[in-house]
Amino acid sequence: MTTAIREPEQQQELPARARTTRVGDAVFRRTALGAALLVVGLLAGVAIFLVIQGLPALDASGEQAYGKPSVWSYVGPLLFGTILSSALALVIVTPLAIGLALVISHYAPSKVAKPVGYLVDLLAAVPSVVFGLWGIAVLAPRMVPIFDWLNDWFGWIPLFAGPVSNSGRTLLTASVVLALMALPIVTAILREIFAQTPTTQQEAALALGATRWEMIRMAVLPYARSGMVAALLLGLGRALGETMAVAMVLSATGAIISFDVISSANSNTIAAAIANNYANAAGLKINVLIFAGLALFVLTFAVNFLGRYVATRGQVKA
Amino acid sequence: MSTTTDLKTPTPDQLEPLMGGTLPRVAPLLVGVCSVALGALAWLLGLSPVVGVVVAWLGYVLGYTVWSRSVEGSRKATDALMRTLMWTAFVLAMLPLVSLIWTVVARGLPVLTPQFLNDDMSGRALLGVGGGIYHAIMGTVMVTAIAAIIAVPIGLFTAIYLVEYGKNNRLAKVITFLVDVMTGIPSIVAGLFAVALFIVVTGDPLPRLGIGGAIALAVLMLPTVIRSVEEMLKLVPDDLREASYALGVPRWRTIVKVVLPTAVAGIVTGITLAIARVAGETAPLLLILGTARVANWNPFEGPVQTLPVYIFQSLGQTTHFKYGEIWTDRVWGAALFLIIIVMSLNLVARIIGKAFAPKTGR
Repeated sequence: MTTAIREPEQQQELPARARTTRVGDAVFRRTALGAALLVVGLLAGVAIFLVIQGLPALDASGEQAYGKPSVWSYVGPLLFGTILSSALALVIVTPLAIGLALVISHYAPSKVAKPVGYLVDLLAAVPSVVFGLWGIAVLAPRMVPIFDWLNDWFGWIPLFAGPVSNSGRTLLTASVVLALMALPIVTAILREIFAQTPTTQQEAALALGATRWEMIRMAVLPYARSGMVAALLLGLGRALGETMAVAMVLSATGAIISFDVISSANSNTIAAAIANNYANAAGLKINVLIFAGLALFVLTFAVNFLGRYVATRGQVKA
Repeated sequence: MSTTTDLKTPTPDQLEPLMGGTLPRVAPLLVGVCSVALGALAWLLGLSPVVGVVVAWLGYVLGYTVWSRSVEGSRKATDALMRTLMWTAFVLAMLPLVSLIWTVVARGLPVLTPQFLNDDMSGRALLGVGGGIYHAIMGTVMVTAIAAIIAVPIGLFTAIYLVEYGKNNRLAKVITFLVDVMTGIPSIVAGLFAVALFIVVTGDPLPRLGIGGAIALAVLMLPTVIRSVEEMLKLVPDDLREASYALGVPRWRTIVKVVLPTAVAGIVTGITLAIARVAGETAPLLLILGTARVANWNPFEGPVQTLPVYIFQSLGQTTHFKYGEIWTDRVWGAALFLIIIVMSLNLVARIIGKAFAPKTGR
């Protein structure tokens, strides 16, 4: 823009300086453009290399496909386990995150809310291995009595059919860990959204005699609806791709479809299966795992895309 | 309770009150004490303490709601019920998170000795003598640093392109979309990408090298870096840019001398947070770094150990009949040290953000 304004005669008056300016601008601009194109290339590279290395897996069968007739019957059940565990995690995290975020934004006095907000932000940084470690050592044994109770009272629901696992390292435990891992991120986004509700609307509701809950229900939640859906979908995307917590906590049976989330016969997730099997994979098995990774990539992409779509649609409306 | 049923000429204190009934201020405390007593009773009767807590909670929710409903009406009762549920969700959410930190600190702290930090796993460490995480710390530092060296310049320039040059043109929109896609790449997929890339590049069917891990981490870092730098650059007011142009400063010098310094605190914060995030990353490194027992400073050859991978791999040894306990200690010690690294990076980022924040309102 600046160079365009310059008069041609002026440029001739100061040839050296003008040239450095133009050269500098051109170099800088090209570098920035190059970096941007590199990002495009990198993402294309991720897709291309996964496809190149994943496609040979379509020929795999029997031993190469981990005892399944084809790669589809190996990846299919894993996909099921991935979706089931993430869906459970989402069910657990939704009320907790909304409650936590509302307490921080609307209920707690700011003396409590601020440090808690910081604590939640810090917890978002706890690495997934540590969550997995805690899941095995602390959470899993404590889940067993809960599983017993669920099995006694809700055994008629296929999810809790039992028999109850003794170690507690089941898909439900993994889902709880996933929920806890997604909690800080989802809460952080929700808090931002709740805090953005126009104060005037909240005060108007209170002035009309609404109780605090009525104010939240009538002013805050409608305003935040699309943002909440987007936040939860982003949390779901996280849970889908999370590897280590599941790989560590779950004692998986392999690629099976099992609705029972409290027994020791568990479905596995794609990410955890890759992490667990990679160490002793060779030959076509690696291609099978890469193919599974490709399937996971497509799935998380779809969920994230949906999340962004909902979020932008909400922004336009607001 | 109400005294308005009397049909005789009302005396002033019998008039319909203008305010609805309200519970006494001590009501929550009263109900709380009663329900705790109820829970304690359940516990004394031989139920487990957890059941006791559940009983006490139910007692509080039911007792307070019913009392409030009978005195204050259903709207206030709903309000009170929702408040209780919110705080319950809050406690339920914080409990495991606090428990996590507490467990790691309590079990890891005794293990963190200077010897543990300065030793690697060579020699007789596998037999339970000594052993430490020096090699893993160094591996984490090296791989994360290389990842940052790759990702930060690319991310910085991409963000500059998006904000300064490509304002709303087609390419910028495509890139913004692709960055969104990259944000969603599962970490293990980034690892698989690195593996697939180096299978092709090196021809080795099982590549194990540090640079591969760094590239995987860079793929995970890039979107975070681009996003945060972009946000920060957008916050720089256009007045500053225009003032600089008006003084005849070329565009690139405006960016380097005016825009970037204004946004530097936020940029550094964003980059530090991105580094903190990938420093704890395990899954991609598990695939490409392999297992090492000593520090390996050559990123282009041979396996490298990092802390998260060390934790995961050591976990497999904790069931060993003889050395299991030593491995368990090592796992918790390494976990605590990893948390310390990540948390201090986070704190540093926040302090930088706070201390040098320009007047941007955030």
